[in-house]
Formats: sequence, C-alpha cells, structure tokens
Amino acid sequence: MTRVLIVGAGPAGIRAAQTLAAAGLRPTVVDEANRAGGQIYRRPPQSFIRPPSTLYGSEAGKATALHNLFDDLLATDQIAHHPQSSVLGLHDGVAQVLGPGGVSALPYDRLIIATGATDRPAPVPGWEMAGVFSLGAAQIALKAQGVALGRRIVLAGSGPLLTLVAAQLLDAGAGVAAVLDTAPLSAQIRGGLAMAAARPRVTLRGLGLRARLGRLYHAGVTLDAIEGDPATGPAEIRWRDARGRARVTPCDSVALGWHLRSETALAELAGAHFDWSTIWSQWLPVSDDEGRAGPGLYLAGDGLSILGADGAEIAGRLAARACLADLGQTTDPAAQALDLRALRRMRRFATGIARAFPWPAQMIRALPDDTVLCRCEGITCGALRATLPRSGPEANRAKSLSRIGMGRCQGRYCQLAGAEIMAAASDAHPAQMGRLRAQPPVRPAPLHALAVRDDEANNGRPG
Amino acid sequence: MNDPSRPTGRLQRLAETERAPLDFHFDGQPLTGLEGDSVLTAILTSRTDLRAAEFGPGRRTGFCLMGACQDCWIWQENGPRLRACSTTLRAGMRLLSEPPSTWPVAES
Repeated sequence: MTRVLIVGAGPAGIRAAQTLAAAGLRPTVVDEANRAGGQIYRRPPQSFIRPPSTLYGSEAGKATALHNLFDDLLATDQIAHHPQSSVLGLHDGVAQVLGPGGVSALPYDRLIIATGATDRPAPVPGWEMAGVFSLGAAQIALKAQGVALGRRIVLAGSGPLLTLVAAQLLDAGAGVAAVLDTAPLSAQIRGGLAMAAARPRVTLRGLGLRARLGRLYHAGVTLDAIEGDPATGPAEIRWRDARGRARVTPCDSVALGWHLRSETALAELAGAHFDWSTIWSQWLPVSDDEGRAGPGLYLAGDGLSILGADGAEIAGRLAARACLADLGQTTDPAAQALDLRALRRMRRFATGIARAFPWPAQMIRALPDDTVLCRCEGITCGALRATLPRSGPEANRAKSLSRIGMGRCQGRYCQLAGAEIMAAASDAHPAQMGRLRAQPPVRPAPLHALAVRDDEANNGRPG
Repeated sequence: MNDPSRPTGRLQRLAETERAPLDFHFDGQPLTGLEGDSVLTAILTSRTDLRAAEFGPGRRTGFCLMGACQDCWIWQENGPRLRACSTTLRAGMRLLSEPPSTWPVAES
C-alpha cells in the first residue's frame, strides 16, 4: 500500500486523513499535540470539563465534528497516529521524527504537509520581557489550560484573532485592560466590505464580537513601548490613539500578534518553492490550486495559504484528492470542483482580512535602535542596521553576521520584522531581502536522540 | 523572580479548578499543580517566571505556548531539559530554572 505521511492534525490534516482513508489508504499522521485538533480547535486534556460550546463558541460544531472524526479514524485503525511527535527533517523520502521515545525514521511515498501557522508578532520596545506573550498564547492558555496570562492583560496587534481572543477572555472572566488594534478603521471598513461580500455571516459574527469589547477596543493605534521590569514583566503599555494622543494603560501582561505567519520550514525542506505574497506580506509556498507543490508533495491549510480553519478543511480534502488522483485512483471530480469553488470564496474573504488588518510595516521601520528585534538572543534593531554595510541587504548574510534569525525560534518571530528593518535602511521592498533558508532540525532535539546508528535508524527504533 | 512570599503566580486560573492536585518541585521548593496542567501552567500559576534569559538581564515566561518559539525550555534535576508548554505535569517532577550544578556548561 502507498505510504502517505500527513504532518499536522489540525483541520487540514484531519480532512486529508479522512479523504485518504475513505479511498482505502492508511495514512500516517504525525502531530505535535497530545490530542488531534490543531491550534484553533485545540483540545484540552481529557480530564477537563468545559463543554465545546464554551471552548469554541460558534465553531463548536465544526470542532467537535473534526475531533470525533479523528478519534473514529483512529479507533477503527484507518490511520496511524504519532502524537507528541515533531518532524525534524525530511530527506530522500524519509521523515526524521522526534517523539516521546526518541527519534525514528518514517519512510513515505507521498507527503501532505499541514503544519498550520504561528502568530506573526511585530517587535515593540520592551516585548522581550517576562510576561509578554503571543496572542495565540493567550488563546491556548485559556482553551487548553483554563488560565489567563495575567490579571490585567493588554491584547495588541491586529487581525481577527485579536477581537476573538479578547471576547473569549472577557467571557471567561479574565481581566482585559485594553484591546489595541493598529489597523485604522478606514482599512478595516475597506477590507471588511470584501470580507462581507465573500462571507457575510462570518463577517457579521466578527462585528458582533467586536461590539462586545466596547470601550476596551481602540482602532488605528500606534504602540510605543511596553514599560516594566525585565525580571517581573510589564507595568504599563504606552501607545498613541488614532488621533495621535499619547495614552498609557497599566497592565501586568501583554499578548501581541498581527494575524498569522505560515509555518513553512518543512515545506521548504520537502522541496517547495516560494513566492512573496503581497497580500500576506510574507513568503508562501507555491502550489497549484489543489495543493501540489512538487513531486509527491502536497500542501494544505494555513501552512500553504492563510485561509483559516474552514479553508483548511477544504484544502485538506483537495490535497488528499490530488494525491489520490496522482496515484491513479479514481476520485470524485464533482466534489473536487465544489471544494475548489469554496476555496476561491475563502481566498476572497482572506484577501479582505489581509486588507482590513495590515502588517504594521511603518511602525516596525520606525523602531528605535535599542529595541530588541530577536527576542531569543536580545539582538537589537540597531545591531541589524549596523550589520547592513557589511552584509548588504540580504536576509541570510545579515543573519550570519548579526545572528538575527539564528536563535532558538529559528527566525520564526523575527524574520519578517528584520526584513522590514533591512528594507527601510536600503530603500527597498522586504521581498528583495530574500528569505531565510530553513534548516533541519526544525525543532530542537537532544543530541542523544540524534546520535542514532544507521542500522537502528533504518529499523525505526529510538537511539 | 522566584519569590516564594508572593501569594500567587503570573497565570490566573479561570476554569477547570476541580482537578486532582499534583505535587512537584521547582528549584527545590514544593509546588502543587493540577492534573492536566502543562509544566508551564503549573509553575507560572505559583511563580512569575520559568528561567533567566541567556542574553539579557530579564526572566523568561515562554512566549507562544505552541512549541514554536522554544522560549520555555527548563531543566530537570537529572539533567535533560524539557519544553514547559508542551510537557504535561507529572506528580513528583523535580524541575529547575537553571542547569543542575553537575551539568557541564560552556564558559561564556
């Protein structure tokens, strides 16, 4: 039987697994979580009692359907599942997988990558201090652990998640001090019209959530600095409102995020090519409409194109059917055409989102020299600017000389801001700065796990 | 800072508080988490940070909580590190904010 490996068990990975299993294949699903679901439909541990309606709100039905589907595929042995496992690298049709028992080698014939996205934070002076988190972290803490990141939380950034997380925290009784959106209202209205044209109900639901934030919400803000003690964390955030007036909000925790950044390291190691997306202001893998990104390589979900959970379910099915078709299996062309049409609608909606909640390029370009750009290693914007005369405006050379992008997050949280800083100093576009090359292992691994003899690796046993 | 006189930690429990308690140690001091807590949750509901920053004066609390940023790696008394956000708390864990004193650390 053809060995299909699916990386990621979020909405895209689960739908891909279902589609392949229905065709009689038994795909292997590798996922970092204990329980399948992905981030947006992340499941708390089994002993937790909050119902899906509390955890997922209006999306409870979709979340539960995916969870039940995956559990059923597993219970009936239609899939193999490697939970708590990270793919570290891909080479010659073998995935190097780090799981609870160590590293093992998983050979595959076809690969479906559905690794989702992370937050896309922008640096703000003081963001390196304890108690500053990503926006997604605020949601994960609440959903998967039932905790708030602090007593007085400021949520700052832009994108649909900003409003959603704020509403979820308020519902759960958390102390939200302010919701600071850098997107001007004018952009939100322009993008919102495109969003409403593509998905009116979803757009209305978002407006409803926004209305519940009331006076906590501010649009068109500029973030100046998070002030506090590097050891104990934030005491206040300084910002300017849409009219430029200086404001200060006391807080003990800040969560930052400007929509999402595709997680593409494995796609790159698997041979995908990349283009700069002017819509998303980031590098995204190139694929055909069904997710084909190379020989035997298929991409789906937010790791391909940031269409959100509904789009990811569709893309997961599309990629799996493309894989089946390439294997010579008959697939349902009507279902594929229907999903392709649905995906186009998701793309129109997502384009509206990108317009409504833009990446704060100007705010980043104006960051002072002493602002930390790489929060892993405390490297400042000034250090990167000082590197440019020697490195030239190219991301990988600047990384070699400045270490921007070389820290433990492997550039996930500084690459895009770094490109903005370099582009500003070079009077160029961030796309001209090039793209940081992905390097295996894409997750840290202990040396003893990697020190495996060839014969053991080939038997798939931990070292 | 790990000030044991502070009554509560950084994270605030909002729900799911009826779970069984689990005892563990952090920097030699007894702490209690709840069954199903991540190591990060268990520590930060009693403490305000996980570890010192390696490249600055500050402390660290984790950042992404989804295993992507690698900010929340801490130590176990028997040596190996773990990622606090993606490791489930087990009773009796003995955790450290810095490497065990017997651990070989490169001179900076």
